[in-house]
Amino acid sequence: MTAYLVRRVGQAVVVVIGVMILTFVLIHMEPGSAARATLGPRATAGRIAIFNSTYGLNEPLDRQFITYLDQVVHGNFGTSYSLQEPVSSLIAQRLPRDFLLLGLSTVLALLIALPLGIYQAVRRNGIGDYVYTGIAFTLYSMPDFFFAILLIAVFSVQLQILPPEAPQATTVAGMLADPRALILPVVTLALINVASFSRYMRSSAIDTLAQDYIRVARAKGLPERLVLSRHVLRNSLLPVVTIVGLSFPAIVAGAVIAEAVFNYPGMGLLFYQAATSHDFPVLLGSTLVVGVSTVIGSLAADIVYAVLDPRIRYGHA
Amino acid sequence: MATRERDPGPAPLPGPGAAAETPAGAAGRETGGSLRVIVATFAENRAAVAGLVLIIAIALFCFTGPLVYRTNQVTVQLGIAKLPPSGRYPLGTDPSGYNVLGRLMLGGQSSLELGFAVSIATTVLGTLYGAVAGLAGGIVDAVMMRVIDTFLAIPGLVLLLILVNVFTPNLWVIILLLTLLSWLAIARLVRGEVLTLRTREFVQAAKMMGATSRRIVLRHLVPNAIGVIVVNATFTVADAILTLSALSFLGLGLPPPQADWGGMLSNGLNYLFDGYWWMVYPPAIILIITVVAFNLIGDAIRDSLDVRLQRP
Repeated sequence: MTAYLVRRVGQAVVVVIGVMILTFVLIHMEPGSAARATLGPRATAGRIAIFNSTYGLNEPLDRQFITYLDQVVHGNFGTSYSLQEPVSSLIAQRLPRDFLLLGLSTVLALLIALPLGIYQAVRRNGIGDYVYTGIAFTLYSMPDFFFAILLIAVFSVQLQILPPEAPQATTVAGMLADPRALILPVVTLALINVASFSRYMRSSAIDTLAQDYIRVARAKGLPERLVLSRHVLRNSLLPVVTIVGLSFPAIVAGAVIAEAVFNYPGMGLLFYQAATSHDFPVLLGSTLVVGVSTVIGSLAADIVYAVLDPRIRYGHA
Repeated sequence: MATRERDPGPAPLPGPGAAAETPAGAAGRETGGSLRVIVATFAENRAAVAGLVLIIAIALFCFTGPLVYRTNQVTVQLGIAKLPPSGRYPLGTDPSGYNVLGRLMLGGQSSLELGFAVSIATTVLGTLYGAVAGLAGGIVDAVMMRVIDTFLAIPGLVLLLILVNVFTPNLWVIILLLTLLSWLAIARLVRGEVLTLRTREFVQAAKMMGATSRRIVLRHLVPNAIGVIVVNATFTVADAILTLSALSFLGLGLPPPQADWGGMLSNGLNYLFDGYWWMVYPPAIILIITVVAFNLIGDAIRDSLDVRLQRP
């Protein structure tokens, strides 16, 4: 187990370095674009040269990368070109809000998806199963932004019961103080994820229901409710844990769209604005944060899997 | 989204004598075993057949429709902008004065072309990469897999947003970029397949008979992993169409006068609250139906490969 952990962490470190190199190279592929985007189309060649030398953009790429690496190790992600604020503080402001959005919506998604998946597995090929499968399929096949705007059209414009914009408070406590404004972003993101989570839970529960120990549990007269909660739920959970861990990039992608629609002041919106204004330091910093979170997420999923399932031992693999 | 994790589904069980035993040259028979199972189970699945019929109908609508129903999709005509549906314009006109029904056909062409192009390119690239990694093993495999892990660590949409800023988007650039982001999943799946397949007797036998690596990959490994590959290719079409629509929504899709369903939808959404429903729901509905159809087919093929789901 220890050997496995060490190797797994080693791989994670390699991947993080890879993420840094990849984003750095990608972002610097188009020379001069940052100066243009920041200073505007009418900037003179002289202004652009000053901008490039101020931010070290005229240095060779490898030296820029070493400088950047050195800064990152010391907790300095550079300064945003367009916002003129340290990237680390921009990210530090937004990260807690994303924990709020992603945390609430993922918990909500699981609370809906797990019972729903088990219900569908038990009533497999019944009317309820078909109806929910149909809904999940449609949701899954719908552009996320369209779904978000439909919810706004119904709840904010037609019924006028929920605000169409996320709370704009600077702190998490401030955002929680306006729970009604949080409902639409959280529910949108949750329902998008329910569509895929419930599919996994359904197929996982179908596999579990076919096991002998379920038959034993029923044969010994255990009430169906306990069969489902004690045996089916717990044993079907494992593959779903992994999937949720691995789905992290997809959840983040959904969050970029949801934040753009609801003007939710999180990392997704920050990233999107940085992408459209060629704000390299912000792009690099936020991509790095997301990349590292993804690596940690899949690492955590593997470890949780190993801890939860005593059959899995990574000694020799 | 291109990055959504899919249940890769079970490994296709190569039927007895699926590959190596057949004499050289009988290429059709080599792949026949698992393909035949797919086709047979597919035909029994009503949802999948419905999906296939829908896709054929939509493709006919998009590619032959304009031959019958000619509309102006090039010049902007503000005089007839935003007209509601009528006999002359069955689905109304959009803010540039384009006939929405005709534009659905044109947009569908881009969306479907993009979906299929990305799917084919992804499948070829990912399959070969995965097969080579799985067959090579050792340090080569480890390096190739870390490359994939690196790409997978960054959400596809995030990577795509960076890339479309570097390159000016047109249909070919977007096809290329989406391919660069979607081959990762299939490469991993095929590698996994190859890792289990390469220890099997028929591969060992082929190796002993002196088959080259290229021959083993193309003749023995790929045909036996065909199930996983086909399932993934189907999902990739759906995902590519959806990702293009997300890009359009973020303002980084195909530039006008080109059209795609996602772009039409996101443009139309600007007018939704002013009551111009005909710019929103037609592209939304046809887009969703198309993606649902591809997902139905993918699911059906996956189920047909899963022996556990087959009833005796």
